[in-house]
Amino acid sequence: MNISDLILPLLIAAILFYAVSKGVDVYSAFVEGAIDGARSALKIFPYILAIIFAINLFIQSGAEAFIVGILEPVTLFAGFPAELLSLSIVKPLSGGGSLGVFQTILDNYGADSYIGRCASVIMGSSETIFYTTAVYFGSVGISDYRYTIKTGLLSHAATIFAALAVCRLMF
Amino acid sequence: MSKLWFGLISLGLLFSFINKSPETVTNVLFFETEKSVELILNLIPVMAFWTGLMRIVEKTNILNKLSTSLKPMVRYLFKDVQHDVKAVNAILMTLAANMLGIGNSATAFGIKAMQEMQKSNANKKTATNAMCMFLIINVSSIQLIPLNIIKLRAASGSSAPSEIMVPTLIVTAFSTMIALIFAKYYERKEL
Repeated sequence: MNISDLILPLLIAAILFYAVSKGVDVYSAFVEGAIDGARSALKIFPYILAIIFAINLFIQSGAEAFIVGILEPVTLFAGFPAELLSLSIVKPLSGGGSLGVFQTILDNYGADSYIGRCASVIMGSSETIFYTTAVYFGSVGISDYRYTIKTGLLSHAATIFAALAVCRLMF
Repeated sequence: MSKLWFGLISLGLLFSFINKSPETVTNVLFFETEKSVELILNLIPVMAFWTGLMRIVEKTNILNKLSTSLKPMVRYLFKDVQHDVKAVNAILMTLAANMLGIGNSATAFGIKAMQEMQKSNANKKTATNAMCMFLIINVSSIQLIPLNIIKLRAASGSSAPSEIMVPTLIVTAFSTMIALIFAKYYERKEL
């Protein structure tokens, strides 16, 4: 049993017991809130559809591979492992896609290699920037994201360099 | 976002022709887009469940106490909505869910937080500072235990699958700090 398996039951129990002790009509409150939640989930469907189509087309058509190919000599020159380039580009775009790239790295280099460890750290400390942004802003109809994506990508770049440095120092 | 979406699709179309595989477009359209339905179907029950539970929490009035105790941090990061109890609470729940790695629940709270922040937004099409900050913290990843990654490492025969936990924490803390610094910088610059 994991500690993380305990969090949800404890949280749910705490909320319900506390609410009942305060005299809240828990059942009607729950149903009332749940309807809102279901509506919001449906509302983000077109945004998810739009981003999934664009990103998958970009990756599967070979456009992503082409960009990796252009960048490879530059990053190799800078001492950046080429194997991690594809992961670094796919991760902000697609969660499923990056899992595929990650698995390939584990298969080819092993989980306990420098490349394998770096890839693991990058996977664990970065997010699908474009998808999350599209869904969250889409859910309330905002079209001007201002500096969000720019800052997200800067933080992603910081993740990659920090991962390379930390893995080099710690193992 | 329009430019980005158009750019991704244009490049995709262009390369499917260059690589002589225009059928990629059809395949993506018919097979990959199915995943969006799967995603939504997974999201509906989780989201409905948590917004239901949150409604219960709202009725107990405990949120007022909770958000006062976290005030200094919230005041600094989410200035626009610091007095909005519902928004602050949804923000905190999203961040907590993300740290614990319960992804779908985090999305449910996150969308709720966006809706609460949108209520006090003067220009409904443009993101507020608080919204940008919220998104930036979320996409810089603040997960404490990368369970999926540890599982995949174990499955591929690692001798110490969880040895990446501490490095991941260090890297996450660093990149989130960078994200906060730049978010604050652009916030001031764009005023």
